[in-house]
Amino acid sequence: MSNRFLLSATVNDTPGVLQRVAGLFSRRSYNIESITVGPCEQEGRSRMIVAARGDDALVRQMCSQLSKLIDVLDVVQLQERPFVSRDLMLVKLRMEPSKRSELQSLIDTFRCSVIDVSPDTVILQVVGDTEKNDAFLQLLRPYGILEMTRTGETAMSRGLGEREPTSIG
Amino acid sequence: MSSINPMMDSTYSKPKDSREWLSGSDILLRALLEEGVECVFGYPGGAVLYIYDAMHGNPDFRHMLARHEQGAIHAADGYARSTGRTGVVMATSGPGAANLVTGIATAYMDSVPLVVITGNVASDLIGTDSFQEVDIVGISQPITKHSFFVRKASDLARIVREAFYIAGTGRKGPVLIDIPKDVSAEKAVYERPDKVYVPGYSDALEASGQPDEERLDELISAIQQSERPLLLAGAGVIHAEASEELRAFVDGTGIPVTTTLLGLGAIPAEHDLWLGMPGMHGTYAANQALIHCDLLISVGARFDDRVTMRLDGFAPKAKIAHIDIDSAEIGKLVSVAIPIKGDARQTLERLNQKLPRAVQRKLPWIEQLQKLKSDYRLRYKPSESELKPQYVIEMISRTTAGEAIVTTDVGQHQMWTAQYYRFRRPRSLITSGGLGTMGFGFPSAIGAQIGNPDRIVVSVNGDGGMQMCAQELAICAIHNIPVKIAVINNGTLGMIRQWQELIYEGRYSHIDLSGSPDFVKLAEAYGVKGLRASSPAEAEQVWQEALATPGPVLIDFIVSPEELVYPMVPQGQGLQDIKLGPDIGGEAHE
Repeated sequence: MSNRFLLSATVNDTPGVLQRVAGLFSRRSYNIESITVGPCEQEGRSRMIVAARGDDALVRQMCSQLSKLIDVLDVVQLQERPFVSRDLMLVKLRMEPSKRSELQSLIDTFRCSVIDVSPDTVILQVVGDTEKNDAFLQLLRPYGILEMTRTGETAMSRGLGEREPTSIG
Repeated sequence: MSSINPMMDSTYSKPKDSREWLSGSDILLRALLEEGVECVFGYPGGAVLYIYDAMHGNPDFRHMLARHEQGAIHAADGYARSTGRTGVVMATSGPGAANLVTGIATAYMDSVPLVVITGNVASDLIGTDSFQEVDIVGISQPITKHSFFVRKASDLARIVREAFYIAGTGRKGPVLIDIPKDVSAEKAVYERPDKVYVPGYSDALEASGQPDEERLDELISAIQQSERPLLLAGAGVIHAEASEELRAFVDGTGIPVTTTLLGLGAIPAEHDLWLGMPGMHGTYAANQALIHCDLLISVGARFDDRVTMRLDGFAPKAKIAHIDIDSAEIGKLVSVAIPIKGDARQTLERLNQKLPRAVQRKLPWIEQLQKLKSDYRLRYKPSESELKPQYVIEMISRTTAGEAIVTTDVGQHQMWTAQYYRFRRPRSLITSGGLGTMGFGFPSAIGAQIGNPDRIVVSVNGDGGMQMCAQELAICAIHNIPVKIAVINNGTLGMIRQWQELIYEGRYSHIDLSGSPDFVKLAEAYGVKGLRASSPAEAEQVWQEALATPGPVLIDFIVSPEELVYPMVPQGQGLQDIKLGPDIGGEAHE
């Protein structure tokens, strides 16, 4: 059974760490949907969120292979507990001023914002989980998407509780 | 060679400080000596000139000049496998570093602890495609346990410490240290940390040795319920120095044991319960045991495809218990009912303590396997006139009483060595199991002999592999390293020929090695004694002469190219599809 899953890894903020993780995935033929990486609450460390697809055995393999990298300090599988996730998306649409009012209802429903306007285009910013952003994108297609970019999903578990690395075996 | 950067001269001027300032190169050498390094195998070049300059004034530091970086790293590997200590190799930037790649991958696949030191171009040239520049950290990433790029000399002592710690603990493996030329010249204070702590790694390591007690209880009750238990022991037993514990476990439980290629020697070949090697060229008894067992306990083996063959034919009736130091191996290929993450020695030791006396039972299964072992023992057609390769290996085994260190290259002779040499001790078979690296057999013997000056070291090679690193005869000659080099010379790439005969309907494509040198003359050209034999009688005679010779000897054993390695499970088939060949089974055949 192939599911979508999210891994959250704390890694050393050293040059090449992204290459090590990405290299591991490509060498072992793991399919990943996105990787986000950026600073985290610990100095000198980064947090990496990996979205991928696979069955339970593959998730376990990925976690244990990732944990073996010296620069990876811990790996948490987020689905094991409640979590929140967000993906930021920018969409540039071709839009004459006359049509802009039409867009307003969509903007209200999805709580996105217009962050740039030119005579022929607008840029929308939407922040949500992946499914919401996918749905929004479908609704925008008829307007003519000129350009789209997404950050990929970043995520964290909810509530109190320490990060407990995924147990193996 | 690239000119020396004049900027760097300023780094040689002594800073005003009472502490002892050393160059990066001196720091490196001191750090290596503090790790107890006996010998570094290497090859100089432009980017490591400062390091070699530092060696020049350091009589405590032993360096052995190879004739090719690949020879150097295989020697370091042979040293590491045969001693259990971390091997060290050094090379320059660019081509020097790139020539190490095969050796790094060889060590990585077989979990061999190596510290690989490469020079790189000076920091300000990195990334500019400068002369002899290559991104060795990037290239080696998928084949190293970890790698370091050194940015300043003051980090070097700590990095060397961490590199040895990482290479030699947990599941062992090669660690690379890449040092830009300016860093090897830069001055810094030597500060070796008292304690080594690598965040993440150290904590996991501490937690990883001792196995979970509940899992062990589960395993013990599985053993008590099993009618057909089997033990599969791999390289992990040897890496963990767990042979005695393995033996005690086998004796205590009466469970029969099969050892993988890299696990040979973990239990003496003469042991009653040892069934031989499993897999593609494994014994009939070992493979039948795998097919029919109801409990398979794997210790330090990783279910390589040459062992399992088709996974659906592998231990189909068995509940599998997997003991491994690396949790990523558990459940990677076969589904495991009892996963036990732990060091092989600690786990077996604990199991031995916990085992109830009643665990050993006289199971009919054991008698059945012992009958298979004798009915289907390894055999070949002997000949009085023609020299058979199997005969040569048997002769080497007999005359060294199974006590030599034997290194092999890759191919038929490797399998015959695994089959016919009766290993009695761990760390005695030195062979590239995972990567299957040709050119490994001879240089690895040099390292093994350096690490074991009092043991007989025999290097068994084919005439193909012998030509992949023959240049290292120079080291043997110059340092009088008494390796006995056997060339099993059949004039062809035997294993490829075997596949072409059996699977590609006899279409022999590019396996003829005509044009090979006269190996006796080749040895002599380097100043190494060369001998030749082409009949059993000659073989016995020249081999005795070789053993009696205090220095290195190469023996060219001329054998027939027609001989095939049997048993054989063809690739893509299951263990039940084993082909015994014409000689095995005999009257036991229907």
